[in-house]
Amino acid sequence: MSETQTKDVPEKVQDAERRLNMIEAINDALDVSMAKDPDVVVMGEDVGYFGGVFRCTAGLQDKYGKTRVFDTPISECGIIAVAVGMGAYGLRPVPEIQFADYIYPGLDQLISEAARLRYRSAGEYVAPMTVRSPFGGGIFGGQTHSQSPEAIFTHVSGLKTVIPSTPYDAKGLLISAIEDNDPVIFFEPKRIYNGPFSGYYDKPAQPWKRFDESVVPEGHYSIPLGKARRVTEGDRVTILAYGTMVHVVEEVCKQKGVEADILDLRTLVPLDIEAIEASVERTGRCLIVHEATRTSGFGAELSALVTERCFYHLEAPVERVTGFDTPYPHSLEWAYFPGPIRIGEALDKILAE
Amino acid sequence: MADRPSGAGQGDNRPKLSLHVPEPKFRPGDAVDFSHLQVPEAGTAIRPDETCDPKEMHELAYGLVRVLGEDNKAHGAWDPKLDPETLRKMLGHMAMTRAFDERMFRGQRQGKTSFYMKCTGEEATSVSASMALAADDMVFPSYRQQGILIQRGYPMIEMINQIYSNKGDKLKGRQLPIMYSSREHSFFTISGNLATQTPQAVGWAMASAIKGDSRIAATWVGEGSTAEGDFHSACTFATVYNAPVILNVINNQWAISSFSGFAGAERTTFAARALGYGLAGLRVDGNDALACYAAEQWAANRARANAGPTLIEFFTYRAEGHSTSDDPTGYRSAQERTEWPLGDPVTRLKDHLIALGEWDEERQEKMDLEAAEHVKKTTKEAEANGILGHGLHHPFRTMFEDVFEELPWHLKEQAAQAIHERETKFPEGLPNRGKGA
Repeated sequence: MSETQTKDVPEKVQDAERRLNMIEAINDALDVSMAKDPDVVVMGEDVGYFGGVFRCTAGLQDKYGKTRVFDTPISECGIIAVAVGMGAYGLRPVPEIQFADYIYPGLDQLISEAARLRYRSAGEYVAPMTVRSPFGGGIFGGQTHSQSPEAIFTHVSGLKTVIPSTPYDAKGLLISAIEDNDPVIFFEPKRIYNGPFSGYYDKPAQPWKRFDESVVPEGHYSIPLGKARRVTEGDRVTILAYGTMVHVVEEVCKQKGVEADILDLRTLVPLDIEAIEASVERTGRCLIVHEATRTSGFGAELSALVTERCFYHLEAPVERVTGFDTPYPHSLEWAYFPGPIRIGEALDKILAE
Repeated sequence: MADRPSGAGQGDNRPKLSLHVPEPKFRPGDAVDFSHLQVPEAGTAIRPDETCDPKEMHELAYGLVRVLGEDNKAHGAWDPKLDPETLRKMLGHMAMTRAFDERMFRGQRQGKTSFYMKCTGEEATSVSASMALAADDMVFPSYRQQGILIQRGYPMIEMINQIYSNKGDKLKGRQLPIMYSSREHSFFTISGNLATQTPQAVGWAMASAIKGDSRIAATWVGEGSTAEGDFHSACTFATVYNAPVILNVINNQWAISSFSGFAGAERTTFAARALGYGLAGLRVDGNDALACYAAEQWAANRARANAGPTLIEFFTYRAEGHSTSDDPTGYRSAQERTEWPLGDPVTRLKDHLIALGEWDEERQEKMDLEAAEHVKKTTKEAEANGILGHGLHHPFRTMFEDVFEELPWHLKEQAAQAIHERETKFPEGLPNRGKGA
């Protein structure tokens, strides 16, 4: 199992009482990064004076000025493109795309430009940008404010894709992403901005402050990209998840009394394949859970990897639980969402083999 | 027929709509007559102060800045008044660019590489414009600005190594020929996806302004590619942040086989795009090396004074095909090149120098010969590093480098597979290289 400790904070609970939700943790990561490195700039639609529609950049313009934290035109193509140019100059831009669903006009600049600069110029030019974007459903955002397009980016050589699932991780991973010299897509599961989500939408939401993962130390710490986090330890089945689904599978396992080895992947590219292999070799079973649509989703890649690399350890076929291959429907959001029933039945199936 | 909503029959008496699909004036075999093009006298365009309000530049966006007249002399307020030595240098870079194009085109036909693109007839739009910038101003070129590298003194052997994708290629054989990159010469890596560099240049300029630097950015894009959304993003960001950037649009009339009408040229000029954005807009005779220099200098002064970005349309003509992959006789009249009313930029600058008494045909002939010899000699040197497909490429493992700063596990595994395949095919080592290459 790969270590989950941070590079420069030996104990996670250093400042035991400072509890932040994920928005505050992201804001803190930006603040720490901007204070440390004058080349870090933050930009995006509504991120400046207003502080972002989800408040992730609140207060930063006041603190660092209008030339380091500023609003942009409503042009995702332009936002990513100018970030490429700024990176070529030597800045470390952190553009925000207001919703992951809006990122598509910027795809050419991400796929053909940011992801390829280092390769095509043999290292003369790089794109050290971190594209932050809230993603995922569960907030009644309809089909244009709910998508999980991570697999579009994991398919692109030259891009890293990071998805945190706790405030502590969000800060440490975002700092790593900003300090990374390659372009990073940093998807923030907006359903769990304010509190973890059990998957039971009809139960009251819990704020982050009631959970230890909301203990976020002050100052600088980073969590290396490419290292998974073990959420719970168990022998019966390995569950691979990220973002919101980490909390849902944890709750389902608790309800069903299943001792599962739950891995929060945290980074999809580069992937912590060692942690996955070690776990599946031990449990012999693997369930993959993501909220994104099923066909060609990242679960397909995970399923292929586990089958190719752990086949002779498997006691049962690899199972995937995902969103359906439809757009995210507004009124039927919870019918789409891979909730406790879908996950529970998949668990029953894989454990019965 | 498309369905109409029921009850919509009241439109029966309305006139039928018709779709306009642009068509160029001349196709292969047609006699060419360019008399519809309005070519003003040299020296007649006004030259406003560099810090002027774009609103004062309306007529410059529709007119044509010209300096070199029919009498081969420089006229008017836009005359940059360059000394003869500078003019000879300009002519020399343009002649070298043309000689380089000739040789590289031929090299592709001889099978030494896969692809080449000439800039014949457009040399002034890169050479003269580049001369008006500082050497450390950042340029974001498209694929037809080899003149900038030649003007900036980039070693020609590096250009040829890149074109041959050989073992000397600094880009490790990864890029299509002519997609150069040179950070040392403030020359951005060329993409191949069109117009992407335009808003990137704006971003670089914004960064320079954020840092209180004094360097500006300039970018080149073809008139056809102004149809890309990236161009609109570039204009928007440039005007919103008053970025110190120059957006050069090379209107060479043709985008492969599509004439400029497919980018909107039937209705307005490309320089006039500037007006709607509140950018300074200049429309310039792109075959007039002095006008090209003067316009770029004006825009550079404007950007450096924090007075704002400029969009320049260089009105020129693509005298050759788009690339080695198309035959222009298949889609346009061969007479266009000979009838082009703005002449040839190299000839016009040469005639100007001769009119000044600073040059003559003998010296021109000698210079052309020397340029051809220089290119030939450098080509031979580059060929010692290999030509495309002859095995003198970079080692296999380099294929996996620079995807990321560090090699992740999956690329390490794939690199091992590539090397295994090489060893299986060439158990005695690669031809020309020896084992372990």
